[in-house]
Amino acid sequence: MAENEAGLVEMCGIVGLFLKNRALEPKLGSLLAGMLGTMCDRGPDSAGFAIYGAGDREHVKLTLRAASADTDFAALAKKVEAAIGASVTVETHATHAVFTLPAESEPAAREAIAGLSKVKVVGSGTRMEIYKEVGRPDVVAKRFDLAHMAGSHAIAHTRMATESAVSTDGAHPFSTGRDQCLVHNGSLSNHNGLRRQLERKGLHFETENDTEVAAGYLTWRMREGDSLGDALKHSLDDLDGFYTFVVGTEDGFGVLRDPIACKPAVMAETDDYVAFGSEYRALAGLPGIDKARVWEPEPAKVYFWERH
Amino acid sequence: MPVVDLEVTSLRDLNQMLHELGQGTNETYFRVINPRGRHAVAAGMNAPVTVEIDGNAGYYCAGMNEQATVIINGSAGVGVAENMMSGSVRVKGDASASAGASGCGGLLVIDGNASGRCGISARGIEIVVKGSVGHMSAFMAQAGTLVVLGDAGDALGDSIYEARLFVRGKVKSLGSDCIEKPMSDKHKGRLGKLLAEAGMNGEVDPGEFKRYGSGRTLYHFHMDNLGAY
Repeated sequence: MAENEAGLVEMCGIVGLFLKNRALEPKLGSLLAGMLGTMCDRGPDSAGFAIYGAGDREHVKLTLRAASADTDFAALAKKVEAAIGASVTVETHATHAVFTLPAESEPAAREAIAGLSKVKVVGSGTRMEIYKEVGRPDVVAKRFDLAHMAGSHAIAHTRMATESAVSTDGAHPFSTGRDQCLVHNGSLSNHNGLRRQLERKGLHFETENDTEVAAGYLTWRMREGDSLGDALKHSLDDLDGFYTFVVGTEDGFGVLRDPIACKPAVMAETDDYVAFGSEYRALAGLPGIDKARVWEPEPAKVYFWERH
Repeated sequence: MPVVDLEVTSLRDLNQMLHELGQGTNETYFRVINPRGRHAVAAGMNAPVTVEIDGNAGYYCAGMNEQATVIINGSAGVGVAENMMSGSVRVKGDASASAGASGCGGLLVIDGNASGRCGISARGIEIVVKGSVGHMSAFMAQAGTLVVLGDAGDALGDSIYEARLFVRGKVKSLGSDCIEKPMSDKHKGRLGKLLAEAGMNGEVDPGEFKRYGSGRTLYHFHMDNLGAY
């Protein structure tokens, strides 16, 4: 990372959008794509986004990521259907596909997918879908056709790699729990020790990445009964390093900066939405931004919004 | 009166035009519209002209300013007026982190609040913030003045050298080696003059401020601190 004496840092970009006005939901993807596009120069290495769209309690959506776009997801879905004895609907977006299946079949489907192919399950949830890829953020957004996705809230990340390799595995968002995801700007210094502690508590990590540890930490806290807000509060004691986190849950959207607010963050709120950007540039294209309340989140203060 | 629309003219072209202005230029007033958070708007000015920016500016706006008057009718991103040498910068909204960082001279006035590290490493700049400032403001500030009409966040003036700090509201905490100092008539007079320069002649009573500065225990070599160097 590059930081000068005045604490001015340029690396990684985060954007997030939480809609309060449901009439805007069909436009969520296009608004987020616009925000993400302005952050290309903060992180040209990889990009990813998590979007909370349609879903129901009886079903789970598994987001699958393959190494190439040639993967025959439809054929894989047929085999999974046979293995779990239930129907699977498939929606393919380039290298990713979303399999929707009965919620109770998730463990069997995961086992079948692992046995049948090298495709990875990168996220699961009632409403959450996750897409991430190496490359310029605007190109990544176009590849997945983000502009035509709908939903209630979404978070996205552009990465300038510092703590682990430039790879799709290292791209954000990270999810370690159902409908839970996290993006991060910064670098954690105690992630190796914390990863070992969390592994002893039964969590499984796919990468050497520091952000995955933070996501796992929050998942663990919430498993222990914390609300997302409380989990974020606890993270102030247990995580060491520079960070701005933006997290998503099935119904919520939260923001936390480290106690010295090393990483930039600016937020905007109107009657229609709450928006987060690493810089104001990311927010400048949002509707009604000229009348929005624009502020910088305070250090070590948990911000959280929930859908009602 | 040239009006430059940054949705039409590139930022590079704007700054190039401003940099080419000579001392005796007849064009003395520029209006910039649609900044939309772009970085380095009107950075590196060196002519006695006024640039008025309508909207929110991004990082390093009016950085390294010499002579010019830059007015931002909106908020400013990280490092507004950083390394300013002379002239003045006025932010009508809020300023992000590191406002006036490392400034050597000139006057920075922020009508709203400033985030953390306001006036960090100041070297002679005078900063007046009508709202509050965030954590670690005036960190390692060497010379100049920071005036805060509102409150100051954690660790004000940490490791400060000889900059002068005046705060009217509450200070959440003082940083290492920053102490409260008595407010003499001389200081009140000096503060009153600065407030007048910032456009608040007689509006604010300098007697309501507390003065802070260096305890001078940290920045001289001391044998007992050897382990900490």
